[in-house]
Amino acid sequence: MNPTLHLDISGLEQVYDRLATAIDQAGPEKSELFLVKLALLNAKEIGRPDLFEAHIEAALKDLSA
Amino acid sequence: MHKPSHLPRPSIYYNYQVFKPWLPTENGTQEKKQAVIVGAGPAGMVTALELARHGVASVVLASELQFSQGSRAIVFTRRSMEILQQVGVAHRITENGLPWRSGNSIYRGQQVFRMETPLDPDDRFFPMINIQQQYLEEYLHDACAANPLIDFRWGNKLVHAEQSSGNVTAHVDTSEGPYELDTEWLVAADGGRSEIRSAMNLKLEGASFESIFVIADIRIDLPYPTERLAFFDPDWNRGNTILMHKEPHGIWRVDYQLPPGETPEEALRPESLQERINAQLKMIGFEGTPWKMDWSSVYSARTLTLPQFVHDRIVFTGDAAHLLPIFGVRGANTAFQDAQSLGWHLAYVLNGISPEKLMTNHSEERVGAAREIITEAGKSTRFMAPPSRGFRLLRDAVLSLSLTEEFVRPLYHWRTSRPHEYKHSDLNSTADDNAQFKGGPALGAPPQNVQIQSNDYLLDHLGGGFDLVYVSLDQSIPHELLHALEAVKNNGLPVKLLAISDTDVKVPGADKTLFDPQQRFQLRYAVSPGGAYLFRPDQHVCARWLQLDATRLLSSLQLAVMR
Repeated sequence: MNPTLHLDISGLEQVYDRLATAIDQAGPEKSELFLVKLALLNAKEIGRPDLFEAHIEAALKDLSA
Repeated sequence: MHKPSHLPRPSIYYNYQVFKPWLPTENGTQEKKQAVIVGAGPAGMVTALELARHGVASVVLASELQFSQGSRAIVFTRRSMEILQQVGVAHRITENGLPWRSGNSIYRGQQVFRMETPLDPDDRFFPMINIQQQYLEEYLHDACAANPLIDFRWGNKLVHAEQSSGNVTAHVDTSEGPYELDTEWLVAADGGRSEIRSAMNLKLEGASFESIFVIADIRIDLPYPTERLAFFDPDWNRGNTILMHKEPHGIWRVDYQLPPGETPEEALRPESLQERINAQLKMIGFEGTPWKMDWSSVYSARTLTLPQFVHDRIVFTGDAAHLLPIFGVRGANTAFQDAQSLGWHLAYVLNGISPEKLMTNHSEERVGAAREIITEAGKSTRFMAPPSRGFRLLRDAVLSLSLTEEFVRPLYHWRTSRPHEYKHSDLNSTADDNAQFKGGPALGAPPQNVQIQSNDYLLDHLGGGFDLVYVSLDQSIPHELLHALEAVKNNGLPVKLLAISDTDVKVPGADKTLFDPQQRFQLRYAVSPGGAYLFRPDQHVCARWLQLDATRLLSSLQLAVMR
């Protein structure tokens, strides 16, 4: 991975807020669809199915915690 | 007593002929047959015609007295046309069918994907041609009826098949009662609901999808060219997919998915059909355009195959052997390949050229093809008819993204039926130069057609046995090759020597000289003078040499017939 693409805390906070408001903007009916679209766009930028797979594994952890 | 209907089936474009039943009392004692084919659909009739091409007589049992109801299979691929050319009916489909090569996917009124398959000047046939199955059956039947080796029996229903060593007894019912027919081999081409398969308790492997689809044929005047139209998630049928295809005689096929929970009976009520077809017409801007219903039916998407097609002396072929999803036109188009393969394999065993284990090769090759098709078809099916919430979400996300994002649009590609490559066939040569070739069809691949002269194509000249296509040097063929081929022919192996020549002079010793002034064959097959391709009787490549010699030719031919 390119070390210059590190997400620092202010960047993470920006993503946190924007994702939260976008989910609200999409509404309860469409937020899932919105998140899948977002995931596909991110996958395109990542360009590596194996890395995407690792993200899926990480995100599937502790869902009921 | 089997009493098939004498009433012509209803149709607004096809005049059904009711054939005279074949009756046992009007025919003498039945001696043992070499092959009895149960089922007179595309798979059964192509099998009979291919067998006849290799000199094998067969009986075809048709339960009904007329061709099948409704348009059923309507889209035929280029490879299907090449196979139909081999059995002599492609020209009739060309005369009457609607050729096409483009498809459109439409979402929210926007064309989000369009695919145009280029026309290759080396191909005789279009990528696709549309014609109703009744016509296809009529043309195949005309060819069967004209063939003295095919004994076509209308109104003969197989009730039971019993196997003993080297023999199958077919118990056949007719309108004047039953009779028995002994045969060396029985071909079960009795369709997706094969009673022979059920009676033998054979299980299909694979998946069934829950979604149910309606197909309706309507006569309507719509100003569209012959192309595939796929509408995703329209307002009138949210979440589902609608397909439209043009057929001859002003008929359009409308194909739509039903909402979950709706039964086929509900969906086929006239009011229900009318409401949905009107909604579809409204969506495409033709509300109120008059139309008339011809035929409707339902189907579900299944990806199932028998793990073996050959069970002692009973062989399953076409839909009786596998059930494939309609997306990608895989039903009849796969059946032609099955039947063509079965025809030559069985004929070579019956003619004593090959041992019975050649039939195992047929089964392995065609089961392999079915499995590959199932993998491919599964992908289209998961997009067209998502089987779970997750798949539906992803599909919907792709639809939504496709309006603005180019990168997801190729997911609309419907992966049309294409012929299987027998890459791992036991018949493929181990004494050739396959690995050294820089192009051209590889071992096991289907043939690439070549236009050698105007309206004169390579595949016009192949078939009926093995074909050795040799690129001649200075209009001659080495004597050792000619001697070797002579010996093989004298030994009963049907092989034809076709010499490619760039001068218009008959090459001495060749069974046929193909005058190829532009050297198109050399170009498409990546081969030079002295090189050659060996085609099986189904025109798949089983050996190819950059420089052919008699020893390697003989060993490859022997391997290809398992001698």
